[in-house]
Amino acid sequence: MSLLTSLARLRALEEGIAQPIATVRHCHLSERPMVLIPLRMSGEAAAPLAAMLGTRRDDPRLLVVTQPRNRDLRFAWTADLAAELLPYIGSFLAGTETVERKNADPYERVLDAPQILVPNQAGIAFVRLLGRSTRFRRADGPYPVPETVPLLGRWLTYFGERAAHPGSSLMTAATEELGRHWASGQSGLEDANLAALMAWITTGPSDDAEDPLVWPPAGPATDPGFDAEVLATAIEAGAAERITEALRGQLEPTWRLMWQAVDLLRGLPEGASVEQRWEQDRGSFSAMAAHIAEGAPPQARRDGAVAAASRLARMERAQAAYEVQRAYDDPLVMAEYRLTGEAFAGEVVETEPEHSEGEGRSRKLRPLVVVKTDDPVRLAPGTALGTPQRRAQGAQLVEARDGLVTVKITKGMGRGKTPAPGSVPEVGERVCYTSLTDDFQGSPALPEAEATPWTHGGPPREYTPSDEDALEEWS
Amino acid sequence: MNRLDALRGTTPPKPHDARAIAALAANPGCARRALLDGAGIDKDATARHLGFPAPFGQSPFAITRGNAFEALVKADGCAELLRMLRELLELPVAEVAYHDVENVGAHLRHAHTRALFDRAARDEHDSGTIYDHPLLGLEIAGHVAYLEPDVVAFQLGGRFHIVEIKSFAVIDGQADPAAVAAAARQAAVYVLALRRMLRELGHDPLRVAHDVVLVCPENFANRPVATLVDVRRQLAVLERQLSRMTGLDRLVEGLPEELTFDLLPGEDGLPTRPAAELADALRRTTARYAPDCLSTCDLCFFCRDEARQEGACDLLGRQVRDELGGVASVEEALGLADGTRAPAEGQEEIARLLRNAERLRRECLA
Repeated sequence: MSLLTSLARLRALEEGIAQPIATVRHCHLSERPMVLIPLRMSGEAAAPLAAMLGTRRDDPRLLVVTQPRNRDLRFAWTADLAAELLPYIGSFLAGTETVERKNADPYERVLDAPQILVPNQAGIAFVRLLGRSTRFRRADGPYPVPETVPLLGRWLTYFGERAAHPGSSLMTAATEELGRHWASGQSGLEDANLAALMAWITTGPSDDAEDPLVWPPAGPATDPGFDAEVLATAIEAGAAERITEALRGQLEPTWRLMWQAVDLLRGLPEGASVEQRWEQDRGSFSAMAAHIAEGAPPQARRDGAVAAASRLARMERAQAAYEVQRAYDDPLVMAEYRLTGEAFAGEVVETEPEHSEGEGRSRKLRPLVVVKTDDPVRLAPGTALGTPQRRAQGAQLVEARDGLVTVKITKGMGRGKTPAPGSVPEVGERVCYTSLTDDFQGSPALPEAEATPWTHGGPPREYTPSDEDALEEWS
Repeated sequence: MNRLDALRGTTPPKPHDARAIAALAANPGCARRALLDGAGIDKDATARHLGFPAPFGQSPFAITRGNAFEALVKADGCAELLRMLRELLELPVAEVAYHDVENVGAHLRHAHTRALFDRAARDEHDSGTIYDHPLLGLEIAGHVAYLEPDVVAFQLGGRFHIVEIKSFAVIDGQADPAAVAAAARQAAVYVLALRRMLRELGHDPLRVAHDVVLVCPENFANRPVATLVDVRRQLAVLERQLSRMTGLDRLVEGLPEELTFDLLPGEDGLPTRPAAELADALRRTTARYAPDCLSTCDLCFFCRDEARQEGACDLLGRQVRDELGGVASVEEALGLADGTRAPAEGQEEIARLLRNAERLRRECLA
């Protein structure tokens, strides 16, 4: 958290309403998102109790395990979940585009991808565990389950893992996205409560948000009081109808909140780089679909050494790119870097568009721009700069003194003797320059999995599905 | 009457559990909590009486599952536990004696635990013993707190291991990091208590291993799996915090003579003390609220309410507080940001940053 966000939190506390910390939306929002609110049986690692889900706010589907200790009912529930989610996922696979690549074969990428919205981080973790507990099951063999169950398990695992990828919007938690755009007047810990965070953003803080009788928890954990007083007696009595209705009552308030959260986020204009990140999501989703279609085995329980290293490198690159893109897309995010002196903004007071360096054939056009700024610039002469106003442009800091910064443009002004029209900012224009640049970073050279050195455990064993996996207890 | 007993008054004392001590060490600067815990006051009942009941409760399903799992591990004289210890510690455990200290009357239990451990530490050739529910004591700020004995200690050849049985799952070798961290902190409390007891008895305290045995259900089943968890770091933190903790005596000295947190329980055990009076009494002690209290302290909602009324930056979390270094109240921080308040000595830098931040926010949101 930056000082800018801290200040917004203080202001929120004073004014009694959350304050914006972004001027554009930094996540993709699907036209047809799948809102999913899972509930877990208390005390169990990944035993489902219920879920409310659907793509339309007026048409939620409620799935309930009416006897949570019954393994068969649990698998039946998972099959019901698959019957809802798999057609939704599948509906995006029909429309594709061919993407040409340098040095590689072209591939098919879906035109649009699914998006699953859950209330909070714990919801994402639960989806991942649900995936883990179902992806190794088998439709044949000693303990058969419907064949959609392991398939769903693989997709849930995929979405759960992708949710950890910085900037991905395939599966995302409402509290996380809201928290990226608004600062409430409570702590980050309390922001994990969807009802509390929504109250801060919409009407102002309310202690009702923490009262499970007014706002039941957004899951996956249920309210212990509800468990003791309602659920336990209903399960004891074996009253399926009562259980279903009780759980509907626990889920419906969160269902309404989730769609309200969607409305709030939709109200923000989309950031310029969101489309690009969504394109990567579409590519990743297409690759997963192709993987399944080719009959590849379920994801391993744990990554091998090479797979883990390359996943980590991918995530680091994505994180760096996400941070830079957000700053370029959003002046309020860029302001954090202006505060620390890594960026500055101001008005152009002087230009020398035809300034050049070198003589004769090595003569190069290097337009100079002087910017007047109130920001504390902490950049050394020679630092490479980029600017959100002209993303293709490259520049270099020449000198910063007394609120006047001289910048030399080094890239993106054409090859002629005079700069291309519009490529050099005019006097009076407001510009922003920053040392943050989203430079392409190559992936690290890693050996093939089969060549994993002994220091890293040697080549990982190939996965062969076994009856033992399929039989794994699920109590 | 001892001053601490006077603070508790007629309300029966509440024993500590390792969880409470681990939490106490997490917020050592909180004088209110130190006093209440030192006096053995039932914070849960206090919070409820004040109208700020603690937000924790445990689902009956979780309790049932936890108990069933513990029973499974301890069944047949801890047979399952023994099998795991044998594999994990690579020890040639042939036969093991089983002592359940719980069978001894409560007031004798601590003395009995001491005697048992003393004997085991003397007898190097002992074949191995499992102690269930040993009652250990730990001195906190000058007063001995007795720990709820929901733990098992294992001894072989004069070496001791603390065994913690928890019902959160270990899935593919990974468990919820927060749950493991909490278990490690608690286990460290037991390790420390056992080490101090051995030292008092004249034995080498390092005979208690710093590797504790954590027993959890594996994957999605009820089958237990044991893992060694190194708690050296937690031990170091705990020892440092305990030694740093302001001596309770000094805290008590600063309080008015007549101050008491007595709930004045009636014949039915329900508190009869006017809640407003109790709240006033509590406000005479200084709390140090942080949002982390919401998951560890029964009085959290009371202290949060107090922090709200004071407009303290603590409400927003440690990170915000640290970032505002030295500016304690919301009003003060916003005054510095707006430039309506002159920075005090030492606040020049943060005031400059806040003013800059305010300028940038206004510019971007205009």
